[in-house]
Amino acid sequence: MSNADPADDVLLELRNLRTWYPAGLGVLGRDTEWIKAVDDVSFTIRRGETFGLVGESGCGKTTLGRSILRLERPRSGEVIFEREDVLSMPPGRLKQVRRDMQAIFQDPHGSLDPRMKVRDLIAEGLVVQGKMRRDERDARVTELVDVVGLRREHLDRYPHEFSGGQRQRIGIARALALRPKFVVADEPVSALDLSVQSQVLNLLSDLQVEFGLTYLFIAHDLSVVEYISDRVGVMYLGRIVELASAEALYDDPRMPYTQALLSAIPGSEQATGRKRIILSGDVPSPLNPPSGCPFRTRCWLAQDICREIVPPLREVKTDHFAACHFADEI
Amino acid sequence: MQGLHTHFRTRAGVVKAVDGISFDIAPGASLGIVGESGSGKTVTSLSIMRLVEPPGFVAAGRILFQGRDIIGMSEREIRGIRGSEICLVFQDPMSALNPVYTVGTQVAEALLAHQDLSRAAARERVIELFRLVGIPAPERRVDEYPHRLSGGMRQRVTIAMALANEPRLLILDEPTTALDVTIQAQILDLVRGLRQRVNTAVLLITHDIGVVTELCEQVIVMYGGRIMERGNVAQVTADPKHPYTMGLLASMPTRAIRGQRLAAIGGVVPNALRMPPGCPFQPRCPQAMDVCGTDPGLRDPGDGRRVACWLY
Repeated sequence: MSNADPADDVLLELRNLRTWYPAGLGVLGRDTEWIKAVDDVSFTIRRGETFGLVGESGCGKTTLGRSILRLERPRSGEVIFEREDVLSMPPGRLKQVRRDMQAIFQDPHGSLDPRMKVRDLIAEGLVVQGKMRRDERDARVTELVDVVGLRREHLDRYPHEFSGGQRQRIGIARALALRPKFVVADEPVSALDLSVQSQVLNLLSDLQVEFGLTYLFIAHDLSVVEYISDRVGVMYLGRIVELASAEALYDDPRMPYTQALLSAIPGSEQATGRKRIILSGDVPSPLNPPSGCPFRTRCWLAQDICREIVPPLREVKTDHFAACHFADEI
Repeated sequence: MQGLHTHFRTRAGVVKAVDGISFDIAPGASLGIVGESGSGKTVTSLSIMRLVEPPGFVAAGRILFQGRDIIGMSEREIRGIRGSEICLVFQDPMSALNPVYTVGTQVAEALLAHQDLSRAAARERVIELFRLVGIPAPERRVDEYPHRLSGGMRQRVTIAMALANEPRLLILDEPTTALDVTIQAQILDLVRGLRQRVNTAVLLITHDIGVVTELCEQVIVMYGGRIMERGNVAQVTADPKHPYTMGLLASMPTRAIRGQRLAAIGGVVPNALRMPPGCPFQPRCPQAMDVCGTDPGLRDPGDGRRVACWLY
């Protein structure tokens, strides 16, 4: 493969992606109110990297992941996957591209049909996509079971017979069945105990190397995201408010929200010596977000300008982006 | 707590959820119990509150609260203590709040159940409590229904309810697990501040050792219904002695080990019906020896803490 074109390094690019939900109609059906779950999000994911997406509940990180996979219908914007816009694809082409884009979800119990055996759960995607003979399919399923560290005797059991960690392995095998290039992992370890979580994180790392996978790793656990990610985006009220390499973001956060978030990790004061920032109040409702900067209602640095102008996500250092009017000063 | 055994009868056999644990908490002290699912930490807290329901039962042991055994108390006696002298805050505040009453009414009920107050005085006291736990505009919030409040605000309400009668012991069972990290920081800060103002002992039950370091002086690490290690928090986190504690701390992803593999504990928690003899961690332990088939008891590794391991 030639390295001449830098666009080859980009697997996925989001351009001004907006996923809004109607939250009620105004007079005569006009003036609809919108919940802006994802609001004007643009960034790229590079081939082979793990892009971590963090944020608190309701920030839109799950909706963003689902919008990329077209499990939600974005209102506007583009999701360019290998130079093609997923959002404007005809259904036939979308079905082909879906082989390359798979998902792993938080609750492996909820996402696995309890009436299906492990064998059929893993093979489901292969069946839907067709084109494979039965014996080929069986061979592939057996291979996958080995790859994710389950045993072949597990194939004829049902999901409820497994522990949380094992169910997540089934979910991973399902996602890998079609040899995807890109996997959205939405809170893949947050339902797991610590000792099992580390097994699954190790597995995800191994699989990434073995199959050249690119991950969008969505999680609320800041330590897990720091550990696993090459680059990290921080979301707040539907927007990306900071984006940088994991090292740069955790060492030198430039957006007050990121600073508060990192300082709130239990035990972090002792570990980093960084003073805890206790934010007052709750996250505002996405139905009625503040004007200007979405974080200004909880920000200790807020000025008049923050109420008036939405700070754009701008490059404050090489490859380090922050959406704050004062990102250069803090 | 002396030799508590809390078991559950199931069709497949008896599950020893808590299998002989002992500890004590001094007035005003703070103790954290850390464990993964199935370790028995929540059953321990429910046993103290006498809230273990059939098929669960306390098979043996004593729980002495200010010298009196909770296990042997009549239902009337325990009701006099529960909610006044010992209070429990759960992970999910909605499980403690009734959706059809205002939060003010519910906290007032908790007061009136144990104190002789007029309705008006109770309402004043509730507003005071709401102010204490950092609920903004408490005069208005008392008339809100639980669903109108955010998760963090609801948890503040349940903490206010728990503090209403100035308990001697406050049990927090995963109080921040359902909350976002910035809200968690607010709640932990709140509990820390309250401990300075109200002299209540705190028993914190959690899966997150980071939360324990924020709030407690002493920690117990549980596994398979037993205490694996007990000591002061700084000691245990900096220099764990039990192989399980070591494994648990090494499984935590941190920046220091970016790009390296996590030291996962192999295997899975054994089936609660078929716990191995001796040390429950032995089938997953990298340092297991023949002697581990017998119970090591709690041993002193030479620095005052207690470790249930034959290595010491």
